[in-house]
Amino acid sequence: MNTVDAKACPIIANHIKVALVGQPNVGKSMLINSVSNAHLHVGNFSGVTVDKTEVLFDYKDYHFTVVDLPGTYAFTDYTIEERVTHEYLCAEDYDIIINVVDSTNLEKNLQLTSELLTMSKKVVIALNMSDEATKEGININAEYMAELIGVPCIKVSAATKEGIAELIEAVMLKHETPKNKPKLVFSESVEEEIAQLVWYLDKHKFKSTNSYRNIAINLLKGNKKTYAKLHDEPIWVELQPILIEASKHIELHHDSDDIKESFAEEYASFNRGIAAEVLKQKKQEEKKTLTEKIDSVLIHPLFGIPIFLFFMWLLFQLTFEIGNIPMDYIDMFFTWFGNTIGATIANDDIRSLIVDGVIAGVGAVVLFVPNIIILFIGIALLEGTGYMSRVAFLLDGFFHKFGLHGQSFIPLVTGFGCSIPAYMSARILKNDRDRLLTLFIIGFMSCGARLPVYVLFAGAFFAPDMAGNILFGIYVSGALLGLVAAKVLKITAFKGKDEPFVMEMPKYRLPTFKLIWHTVLTKTMMYLKKAGTFIAGASMLIWFLSNYPHNSELIKSYETKIETTQDKALKLRLGHQLSEAELEQSYLGTIGKFSEPLFTPLGFDWKMSVALQAGLAAKEVVVSTLGVLYALGSDVDQESSSLMGAISKNIPFPSAVAFIVVIMIYLPCLAASIVFTREAGHIKYFFYLFAFTSVAAYVMAFIAYNVTLLLV
Amino acid sequence: MKTLLDCHKACKVKILKLNTSGDLKQRLISFGIMKGAEVEVLEHAPAKSTIEIKVGKMRIALRGEEAKLIDVEKI
Ligand SMILES: Nc1nc2c(ncn2[C@@H]2O[C@H](COP(=O)(O)OP(=O)(O)OP(=O)(O)O)[C@@H](O)[C@H]2O)c(=O)[nH]1
Ligand SMILES: [Mg+2]
Repeated sequence: MNTVDAKACPIIANHIKVALVGQPNVGKSMLINSVSNAHLHVGNFSGVTVDKTEVLFDYKDYHFTVVDLPGTYAFTDYTIEERVTHEYLCAEDYDIIINVVDSTNLEKNLQLTSELLTMSKKVVIALNMSDEATKEGININAEYMAELIGVPCIKVSAATKEGIAELIEAVMLKHETPKNKPKLVFSESVEEEIAQLVWYLDKHKFKSTNSYRNIAINLLKGNKKTYAKLHDEPIWVELQPILIEASKHIELHHDSDDIKESFAEEYASFNRGIAAEVLKQKKQEEKKTLTEKIDSVLIHPLFGIPIFLFFMWLLFQLTFEIGNIPMDYIDMFFTWFGNTIGATIANDDIRSLIVDGVIAGVGAVVLFVPNIIILFIGIALLEGTGYMSRVAFLLDGFFHKFGLHGQSFIPLVTGFGCSIPAYMSARILKNDRDRLLTLFIIGFMSCGARLPVYVLFAGAFFAPDMAGNILFGIYVSGALLGLVAAKVLKITAFKGKDEPFVMEMPKYRLPTFKLIWHTVLTKTMMYLKKAGTFIAGASMLIWFLSNYPHNSELIKSYETKIETTQDKALKLRLGHQLSEAELEQSYLGTIGKFSEPLFTPLGFDWKMSVALQAGLAAKEVVVSTLGVLYALGSDVDQESSSLMGAISKNIPFPSAVAFIVVIMIYLPCLAASIVFTREAGHIKYFFYLFAFTSVAAYVMAFIAYNVTLLLV
Repeated sequence: MKTLLDCHKACKVKILKLNTSGDLKQRLISFGIMKGAEVEVLEHAPAKSTIEIKVGKMRIALRGEEAKLIDVEKI
């Protein structure tokens, strides 16, 4: 091939597929973000990434595919997300592994590294967080380390982008050079046994892609896959007794009856040796690190939980107070926009479709963007600072009483943003029962899309200085209901033993402004995109259903009435009655009227019933539907032109309370239901969830309606 | 025999034995909680339902029930 050709088809010529592997929370995802222009989710706790994601970028003549994998402490398949990583590494095709390592905690991170070294793959080690290491006075001699273990080691910082170019260069270089054997040395007694097994494999010229040494190590460690592979080979008959004998020797040497533990000790002493050789701690470590000082306040046995509740309260207070400032302007903008656009459209029907359908529906959803942004900032801070794991720690005792795992807190909090990533992040739970239980109650954590409904109703029925508290109350009672639901499910459907709770507590980090900005921006853009596409479409549909069929007789009978009367007030009233009557006999009105009896015990009129049913598609649709229905409906006079006004005027308070209760409990949305079904593993769980949430929502709303009726 | 659960706040101990097996043992080991490791108790949640410990440079939260399975001696 000549050079011109090579340039013409670089895709085939230089393609490197890199798998990014490391322990949780070492900055794998952030590293990818800093080498490409991806915006993978980054957070300061273990288990941010729960599924593999591919990112493509070009560097010099190379096309890179980098696969971000969930963090894993060791190859133990403890949780689903760790299984994803393990399976990927064993079964998929890739060229090279970048092992990301936290420089500030080298010895512990090397555990996974030493396991990776037995995989017979090309490995490059990225010593990440070098900026933090420098600050803590830790100095790693990367060249010496590379020499000791036989793989390139590059100091990088995903945060400051230091060393990123060197890392990529090292990957390219490694890709071009043939595989060499990493140096992983065990204690003498283990080395003896390895040598014996290798000798045996060599004698029989056993065929394998992995080196004999690695096979021997994996056999001794009791690696299931290697066992399964060799089990069917003819040499197994002779090999097995040798293996048993060898394992006994090692166990004897380690004074243990568990070969896995013995190997863990072997690895640990190797890692300790490496760390001692290459690591220089300049500063004497402080007695108490900053993280420990902060922890002594934030996870204080007495004050910890009140402090957490205060933060939550503050967040919802801000969500309402600050979020509502731009609301009037957004409202004004959409009214103006509707009028301006409306004036240019001659056809009555099309004008109504655009103004009363699309603009009213989308406007009602966009109205709440500021509130949502503040909520997202709160969640981003919770995730980015390291406080998340602390709250899981604080709440574990409490959660445990309700049959939940402390770590469930992480998917549950994610659920306040959106249920979809929350369902995914339940993968960090080891036990299927815990995971299913958590999946079932994630919906009780009100997602960002429900916030608009709450803000709308809280604003409609309460004074502004109370509304923030009401919002906080709604969220807390949703969460408490979730806990009760968990308890009910735990003693009925998901009985069983409790799973252990062991969780790493990361050090506190101050997330950069850029990181928060990107996280919030990505989520907000998603919300806006949904408003512009899905919600706009749904609003059109609702508009059609509520405008057709036209009943010309009805219109005529009202029009003659209006013409014959001289009274202006009566004329206006008749006009309102006409539009109301038209709405009632539309398709949507028919559907609403049909299902009305079901909802009458909860105090809902047909418009609310329709909005709730439409909300099964997505919670934003509740607001947009109400927006369309009340824009078309009777009250279009000045002071109740806003949706909030229309709601406070048309909906009695007890019905509003019941409405909120239903919104709190019933299914999040169509997309979330699909993800739920996938994560739960069977369609039957979806039907259980649907039945469970619907019944719970109905019963609770019925109680809420009647109690409120008594009280007011 | 003293277990990790019996330890007070700020007490430093050495691990003698993990009285568990299977997945949990593997998990503890991968966190560095293994024979011979030195551990410091940082914080207790109310009623010792959950405790925070420090192993090497890593802070780990675990439940009282799990802490009870870890035999330790004072150093
Ligand atoms: N100071 C500093 N912080 C970093 C660096 N790299 C990552 N971080 C922070 O470390 C935390 C974890 O980063 P992630 O990229 O989410 O880690 P991960 O390895 O993908 O974690 P999992 O997906 O949970 O396995 C975040 O709070 C980052 O801001 C770095 O080089 N320097
Ligand atoms: Mg990640």
